[in-house]
Amino acid sequence: MPVNTEWKPKIVAFCCNWCSYAGADLAGSSRLAYPADVKIIRIPCSCRLNPLFILRAFQRGADGVILCGCHPGDCHYSTGNYYARRRMTLLFSMLNYLGIDSRRTRVEWVSAAEGAKFAATMNDFAKTITELGENVKLGDLRCKEN
Amino acid sequence: MSNNITTEDILRISGVDTRKCMFCGKCSGTCPAFDEMEYHPHQFVYMVQWGMIDKLMESKSIYKCLTCFACLERCPRNVQPAKLIEAVRQAVIRQQGMNHMTENDIPGLLEDKLPQQAIVSAMRKYKK
Amino acid sequence: MQKIGVFVCWCGSNIAATVDVKAVANAMRSEPGVVFSTDYQYMCSENGQNLIKDAIRDYKLDGIVVCSCSPRMHEATFRKTAMAAGLNPYMVEIANIREQCSWIHKDMPEGTEKAMVLARAAIAKVKKNAPLTAGTSPVTKRALVIGGGIAGIQTALDVADAGYEVDIVEKSPTIGGRMAQLDKTFPTLDCAACILTPKMVEANQHEKINLITYSELENVSGFVGNFTARIRKKARHVDEKKCTGCGVCTEKCPSRKGLNEFNMGLNTRGAIYIPFAQAIPNLAVIDTSNCIHFKTGKCGICEKNCSAGAIKFDQEDEIIERKYGAIVVATGFKPIDASYFDEYAYTQSKDVVTSLEFERLMNAAGPSKGVLVRPSDGEHPHDITFIQCVGSRCSHDATKGKEYCSKICCMYTAKHAMLVREKYPDVNVHVFYIDVRTPGKNFDEFYRRAVEQYDVDYIKGMVGKVTVEGKKLHVQGSSLLSNDQLHIYSDMVVLATAIEPDPTARSIGTMLTASMDTNDFFTEAHPKLRPVESPTAGIFLSGVCQGPKDIPETVAQAGAAASKVIGLLSKNELVGNPCVAHANELLCNGCSQCERVCPYGAITYVEKEVRGPEFRGVKRVAQVNEAVCQGCGACTVTCPSTAMDLKGFSNNQIIAEVDAICR
Repeated sequence: MPVNTEWKPKIVAFCCNWCSYAGADLAGSSRLAYPADVKIIRIPCSCRLNPLFILRAFQRGADGVILCGCHPGDCHYSTGNYYARRRMTLLFSMLNYLGIDSRRTRVEWVSAAEGAKFAATMNDFAKTITELGENVKLGDLRCKEN
Repeated sequence: MSNNITTEDILRISGVDTRKCMFCGKCSGTCPAFDEMEYHPHQFVYMVQWGMIDKLMESKSIYKCLTCFACLERCPRNVQPAKLIEAVRQAVIRQQGMNHMTENDIPGLLEDKLPQQAIVSAMRKYKK
Repeated sequence: MQKIGVFVCWCGSNIAATVDVKAVANAMRSEPGVVFSTDYQYMCSENGQNLIKDAIRDYKLDGIVVCSCSPRMHEATFRKTAMAAGLNPYMVEIANIREQCSWIHKDMPEGTEKAMVLARAAIAKVKKNAPLTAGTSPVTKRALVIGGGIAGIQTALDVADAGYEVDIVEKSPTIGGRMAQLDKTFPTLDCAACILTPKMVEANQHEKINLITYSELENVSGFVGNFTARIRKKARHVDEKKCTGCGVCTEKCPSRKGLNEFNMGLNTRGAIYIPFAQAIPNLAVIDTSNCIHFKTGKCGICEKNCSAGAIKFDQEDEIIERKYGAIVVATGFKPIDASYFDEYAYTQSKDVVTSLEFERLMNAAGPSKGVLVRPSDGEHPHDITFIQCVGSRCSHDATKGKEYCSKICCMYTAKHAMLVREKYPDVNVHVFYIDVRTPGKNFDEFYRRAVEQYDVDYIKGMVGKVTVEGKKLHVQGSSLLSNDQLHIYSDMVVLATAIEPDPTARSIGTMLTASMDTNDFFTEAHPKLRPVESPTAGIFLSGVCQGPKDIPETVAQAGAAASKVIGLLSKNELVGNPCVAHANELLCNGCSQCERVCPYGAITYVEKEVRGPEFRGVKRVAQVNEAVCQGCGACTVTCPSTAMDLKGFSNNQIIAEVDAICR
């Protein structure tokens, strides 16, 4: 099989509406570049992220998933990011078991003022994912497709 | 003269985080041996932090501390200066090589009447 | 099959320079469900919006995707556009191809490709959208202020001046709070009573303000605009309508055991008493724990002497239940208990006092009629030592004390020192300090005056211990600048004790589901941008209940809280955010997990008849109060049976986006 030199990682970034999505906007308006492989999904709060969404992304061929939320203590909904943090900690401990390198998932706190941090985080994450290479799609035992 | 003892050594032996100190001076305000000491409890904190360990090790102050723990008890930031002084004392003793006891000696010394704490503190004091 | 329209904006050259907008529009045309796709220079302009409106009507679109700038910029604009064309505003999705695409990717093919993916994700999402209607709820045009100190009074006055009814509920028999106990105020040294009592009178006489004193909040239910509060009005055993406040009963009362709360327990009062001369309302109250009549059934001297016939021994507590649109928390503070710090001998000597006690000792209406005397023997002191930061700035792992700086102590200690030196130049005054913190208008100048004009002896260092030696107090402390240990023999020691939230704050916070920090201070909705609102809608914060503050800051915050209350009460109805959680009652298993994670208390459980294909009957199901839910989604992830979902960000919508991006 020829090596696919054209391979580009697929990275899904979940960003909370109040801090990180605004941080991503700020990165944009400050023209701070990060790889186009990163696609952002807006969610109201990091606690809206069901860890199953991350598994779904891996199932569908994502190579990396990152969750960005408000800094601890700054959550718009006061406690949402604490829930997110706990849930993600649990997910991390499960990922290796599922056969996914846990470095493919990350949680970062990015405030609305941290455009530069957003870009730097995405650059770093994309670099990590590129180094890790193509992910193995998670199988779904219930319905074998293809 | 250099004793090669670093700030990190003292912090490790004592378990103290000197950065917590806000320099209020309550330890020195409370110390009953203040007048006997060349360096006072609050000075131990910043002198350890700034790496002035040799001066402390050469000073008689480390033997003047009564280890009454008043400073430790009243410190509003839980810095525990008494533990630092004890740690500097430890560093001196270790350099003198006064290892009166090894771990292997301990089981033979155990007897019902001797409080366990005495052995534990002897261990702590003399274990290399 | 749904009919989706896609509108790709150039944003002049902002997007068009690095994204081939025509290619994007063309590619989207072949997406399933898309029946119309076009591009335009400025989609947010009037022409652009008309283009969208026309397309919605012409193609009978039931969902649109606008590929443009951030939704934070123009989502509201395009929602209005859709609504104007008869489409539900929540059938609009924005693909952010400017901030998150064209502005950061300089390569045209790369940018174009990403824009297409983002557009596809938005199309996938909009297909799962459902029309949403924001609910409305009426607003009760009355505010409740909890606490009748300066914060509560100021908020109530400002709200009442705007024409709304305000109730102040105060647990003690009079309003006035801590400020009424102060002698002078820094940095101007004007007397606290002179500036506070007119405000108390104004609050009492205001036709829109209703004072509910000697009363406690028992329960609060409801939500923003529609709170119901139950208030227990404790029996004063005095008829409020008859009592004239003449004070004869307070003089005749033979019981003298009750500690005078107003004077911090430095002297005693009768069992029937008026808290202080300027109390509002000016009514007597019976302290039943000290009253001889309540203990033995005899006495009744007050009843015999009351010419108005106001004494009512058989008076009972009264329950008031009333509806409110907004609630302001102004519960204030108390000094911490100085007896935790036994090294300062507070419990061993009467001559060791807290600053608030010292305030009473200096006050003309205080126990010593304003003459500064030692509490132990009534003698004139010659040497006074002040100790700052008692219980403030302690680390979390220290055995006692608060982590925060209480903010006001440096200033009131400078005030005390100055007042003593001014009135009694023969008294030596020492102040032990760690740092003198005086940020504030004319604050540092004030402190410097204490040092330079009044010769107050400021010593950088802390007191280690205070011991009682005969009639003197031996103060042993360090002077860090001279590297000395000092031994000062003082006649009095004054402790600048930390302040903490009033002990009732915690239960009130629980009642209101208003969040609090580890110190029991109320948390603000945003630390910078929404400092007077609680994260719980309709709850506002005024004064020290939110964090240590001095009087000017408290008054400023009280006014700010009032303006927020007025803004809320001026609305006839509240339009909610329709992106709220809702439970699928068929799937809900009644486990209550969502109820526990909800930061707003928006979820309740009800027994309800549910009809579905597999289940028919009454079961316990979650019910979301849409007016209270803020739409964070914490409950949706917690729900073990996936019954809970969030409108506008539903599981299906997010999964559709994920799938589209990973395609």
